[in-house]
Amino acid sequence: MHVFSRWLLAWRVAPARTTVWSRVQRSILVPTLALVGFLAVAPAQSEELSDAAHALEQVAAINKYIRQGWEDEGIRSSERATEGEWCRRVYLDVAGRIPSVKELDRFLNDRSTDKRRRLVDDLLGSMYLDDYTRNATTLWTTMLIGRNGGNERQSLTNRAGMQQYLREALRSNRPYDQMAYELLSARGNNKPGESDFNGAVNFLSMKLAEDGVLATSRTSEIFLGIRVQCTQCHDHPFNNWKQDQFWKLNAFFRQAVALRRFGGTRNVQNVELDNQDFGGEGDTPGEAEIYFEPRDRILTVAYPEFTDFDGTVHSIDRSGYIDEVDRRTELAKIVVKSGYLPRAMVNRTWAHFLGYGFTKPVDDMGPHNPPSHPELLDELSKAFQDSGYDIKQLIRWIVLSEPYALSSKFAEGNRGDDPTLGESPMFSRFYLRQMRAEELYESLLVATEAHKTRGTPEKEEAAKQRWLRQFVIAFGTDENDETTTFDGTIPQTLMMFNGDLIKKATSTEKGSFLYRVATDDRMRGNKKVNYLYKAALSRLPTSTERRLMGKVLGSRPGQTDAIRDIWWVLLNTNEFILNH
Amino acid sequence: MGKRNHQQRMTRRHFAEHLLGAAAMAVPAITFTNALRANAATLKKNERSAILLWMSGGPSTIDIWDLKPGSVNGGPFQPINTTGEGQICEHMPETAKLMKHLSIVRSMSTREADHNRGRYYMHTGYVPNPTIEHPSYGAVVARQLAPQRPTLDIPPFVSVGGSSAGPGFLGMSYAPFVVNANGRIQDLNMGIDGERAANRMELLKSLEDRFIKQDRGIAASEHAKVLAKTQALMTSKQMDAFKVQQEPTQVQERYGNSNFGRGCLMARRLVETGVPFVEVDFGGWDTHSNNFDTLQNNRLPQLDQGMSALVADLAERGMLENTAIIWMGEFGRTPTINGNTGRDHWARSWSVVVGGAGFQGGKVIGRTNEDGTAVETAPYTSEDLMATTLASLGISLDTRFTSRTGRPMKIANGGKVIKGLLG
Repeated sequence: MHVFSRWLLAWRVAPARTTVWSRVQRSILVPTLALVGFLAVAPAQSEELSDAAHALEQVAAINKYIRQGWEDEGIRSSERATEGEWCRRVYLDVAGRIPSVKELDRFLNDRSTDKRRRLVDDLLGSMYLDDYTRNATTLWTTMLIGRNGGNERQSLTNRAGMQQYLREALRSNRPYDQMAYELLSARGNNKPGESDFNGAVNFLSMKLAEDGVLATSRTSEIFLGIRVQCTQCHDHPFNNWKQDQFWKLNAFFRQAVALRRFGGTRNVQNVELDNQDFGGEGDTPGEAEIYFEPRDRILTVAYPEFTDFDGTVHSIDRSGYIDEVDRRTELAKIVVKSGYLPRAMVNRTWAHFLGYGFTKPVDDMGPHNPPSHPELLDELSKAFQDSGYDIKQLIRWIVLSEPYALSSKFAEGNRGDDPTLGESPMFSRFYLRQMRAEELYESLLVATEAHKTRGTPEKEEAAKQRWLRQFVIAFGTDENDETTTFDGTIPQTLMMFNGDLIKKATSTEKGSFLYRVATDDRMRGNKKVNYLYKAALSRLPTSTERRLMGKVLGSRPGQTDAIRDIWWVLLNTNEFILNH
Repeated sequence: MGKRNHQQRMTRRHFAEHLLGAAAMAVPAITFTNALRANAATLKKNERSAILLWMSGGPSTIDIWDLKPGSVNGGPFQPINTTGEGQICEHMPETAKLMKHLSIVRSMSTREADHNRGRYYMHTGYVPNPTIEHPSYGAVVARQLAPQRPTLDIPPFVSVGGSSAGPGFLGMSYAPFVVNANGRIQDLNMGIDGERAANRMELLKSLEDRFIKQDRGIAASEHAKVLAKTQALMTSKQMDAFKVQQEPTQVQERYGNSNFGRGCLMARRLVETGVPFVEVDFGGWDTHSNNFDTLQNNRLPQLDQGMSALVADLAERGMLENTAIIWMGEFGRTPTINGNTGRDHWARSWSVVVGGAGFQGGKVIGRTNEDGTAVETAPYTSEDLMATTLASLGISLDTRFTSRTGRPMKIANGGKVIKGLLG
C-alpha cells in the first residue's frame, strides 16, 4: 500500500510529456493499482469492488487486442488526448452534449488518479441520468424508427409513444435482451394515454405492410447484425443467408396485424398492434405456410425457422392459430438466446464511441464481411452477455479503454490508419467525426447555459423535433429510407451561420448567456475570452488566439458586439462541430 | 505581402462589398450584375450541362417506355405513337409529342435490385464497396465542368427535392447542394453589416486553419472548404436562380403545380445561370401494390407535365442542344404483376430515357422480349449510360481520377458508349 501510493504520487507530479511506454503503464497499471489499494483498505465493500474489477478486466482485454492489432500492422498509436479533449468526447458520446464550463473545470481540477473512471461512473450514474436517458433515447429512436418515423402522412408510428417506452427502459438500464424481447413480441396500442398503451409496439407497427418484409429486414439488421434485404428476392452471391432463410424469418411476423383506429376522423389516430390467427397462403391454419419465388420460379414453401450464429436451426410449431403458437413471442425467445444478439449490439456500441465498428457497415456482419478485430468482438460479446446484457457496463468498458483515450492527431507511426481512405480501422487514433444534429442542439443548450431551464422531456423533445425536421430527407421508397442534410454540406453551414438556433445562441439580449458574460464585471476581457473558449471548445485559447481575440475586443466600442462575434466564430469552427 | 495574403484580402473585400447594402455600393453592384449577365451570355454558347430526373423508388418502365400489350405481363395501359421512333404509355401524351428530342434505351440490364445499392450503382457506375466511396454523376460532371465557369458562385451540383448521391473521394467541394423544390433557401442572411461579417469570416478562417494544421484527418479541411463555398453563395445574385416564383405565372403553370414541376423549372433556371449539373428527385415509384392506379392517377400526370414542359422550354430557348436530360431510377419493376396488383424490384430488363446535348433524339435503342423479362439485344449497364452521358457533355472518357489512396479510377468505371445514342 505504502509503495503504491508513493508510486501514484510520482505520477501526479510527473511532467506532461511522457514516453510511449510510460503512457502504456499508466493507462493499464494505474487503475489496477488504485484498485489493489482499495482492496487493502476496504475489503468489506466487495460487491462494488467486484463490479469495478469486472469493468477493468474488460478494459484490459480491449487494450490487449487493440494493441495486438497495432503490433501486427506495425503501427504506433497517437499520443493520448488532452484531458479536456477526453472530457468533451465522453460527455458528447455518453450524455449527448459537450460539458459545461463548470463540469469541465470540475474534471480538470480533480487531482485524483481515478478521475476518469469516476467521471464515467457519474455520467452513467444517477447524477447524469437525465442526460444519459435523453441521448440514449435519441440514438435508439433513430435506430428503431428513423429520424422521420412518426412524421409520415397517416403514420402508423407514434414517435412520442416509442420514446416513452425507450425513456423508461433506458432510464432503468433495462437489460438489452429484455428490450429486444419486448420490442419483438409487443402487443397493445401505440399512443400514450390509450388504455392498453404499449410504446414498444411502435418498432413494428409501421413495418408490417407487404407481408412484413420491412419488419423482417429491420429486425435482422438491428438485433442480429445481418442485412437480408437483398435475399428477399434472390440468394445473395456473397451472403450465406439464403432467400429461404429470409422468408422463414418472415414467417414469424405473419400473425402480426396493425389495426388502425380513426376515432371518427379521416386520419389514423392510433394503432393497435396485435396478433391474429394466420391461415397461411394456402389457407391451412393448422400448418400456416407461406410461399416465395426463387429465381427458378418454382414456388417454394416456408415455415417459421431460424438458423443461429452457431448453425443451430430453431423451428417452432407450424400452427397459425394464436391459441396454439404466438409466433412473435417464439421469435423473441429465440432471438434473446441467439449468438448474434450480443455481437450486433457490441459492434453498434463500439461504432458509436470509436467512430467505426468492427465491420463496415455495422449492421452487415455476415461471413462475407469479416470483422477487423474478431477476438475482441468475441470476447466483448461474451462479456456483454455474461453481464446480463448490461448496456451501461458495455459503455463503461469502451470509454475507459486506451483507444478511446487517444488523440485524434495523426502520429508518425500511424499515417496509414485512416478509415476515410477505406482502410480497416486500427483504432490507433481517435477518428474525427461530426456531431449529430441532436448533439449540436443539446450542446448549444449547454454552451449557452439554457439547459438549466428545461421543460418536460416531452416538450423539449417536441421543440427539438421541429428543429431537426429541416434536415431530414425521406427517399421515395416503401422502406422508409431517409437521410440527413446535416452532413457537413452547405445547408448545415447556412444554419450554423445564420439559423434561428445560432441567432438565439449568439443573442446579447438581457438575460441571455452572452449578456451575462459581457456584463460580468468579475471577468475582464481576457477572462471572458477564456470562458467562451472553454464553453465551446473545452480548452483555453492559445497565445496567438488570445492576441487575435484581444484585437477583436479592442476594435469594437463596448464589448458586447465583440463578444458576440467571438462566440459566433467559436461555434462555427471545425473544432466545435467535430468530435475530436 | 505574400500572394496568399493578397488573395485573402481580395476575398474579404469582395465579401464585404456584397454584403453591404445596394445604396452604399450602388455602382460596383450594378457593374457586377452586368458583368455577370454578359458572362452568362458568352458562356451559354458552349457550356454544357445536365439535368438528371431521378425517379426514386424504381419506376415501372414496362408501363411507361416499353409496353407489352397482349402479354400476360402487359397490364392495362395502351401504347400511343410519338414524334420519335417508338411508342410510349397513353398516360404520357404531352411527352409523346416531344419524343423526337428524347431517346429510349430499352436494353438496360443491371444487377442491383435493392434501393440503396441500386441508388448507389445507378448514380456512380460502381457497385457499393465498403472500402471506397465513388463519386456520383453530379460530382463527376461538376468536377469536370465547373473549373471553366469561374463566375459561378452557387455550387456546381444542385439536388432538388432529394439527397442524390455523394461526391465520394472527390470531396465535399463536389457534394450536392440539396434544396427544396419551393426554392426557399433557409438562413441566407447573417443580419449584420458586411464589414463585420467579413471580419467574422476572417477570424473564423484563422481558427479553422489552426485546427487543420493539427493534422487530425480530412474532416477538418473539408469543413473549411464548405465554409468558403457557403460564403460565396450568401453574397451572390445568382441565388435568384432558385426563386421559381419569379417566373411568369404561365410558365409556372406549364410545369405544373407539383414539387416535381417546380423542380424541373428550377433546373432550367439553374442551368441558365451556369450550374453544370442539377438533379431533380421525384419519389413514390416503389409500387409493390396498386401499381396501375398509382401510375395513372398520380405519378404519370405529374411526370408528363413536368418533363414535357422542361423539354419544350429548353428546346424553345435553344438550350436543349447544350443540356443533357437523363431520366432514370434505381431499377425497373418486375414484368410479372404480383398478388397486390403491384410490381416488385427488377433490374434485369428495364428502360431509361435521355436527350439533349450530344444525345440523339427520337431513337429507340435495344429491345426486350415479348413478356419483358429479358433483353434481346446488347445489354447496357449503369457504367455504359454514365459514359454515354459524359460523352454527350463533351467530357473525355479517358479521364482518370485518383482516389485518396492513390488508386487510379476510370471515369464512369470504364463504361462503353451506347451505340447509336450519340449524334
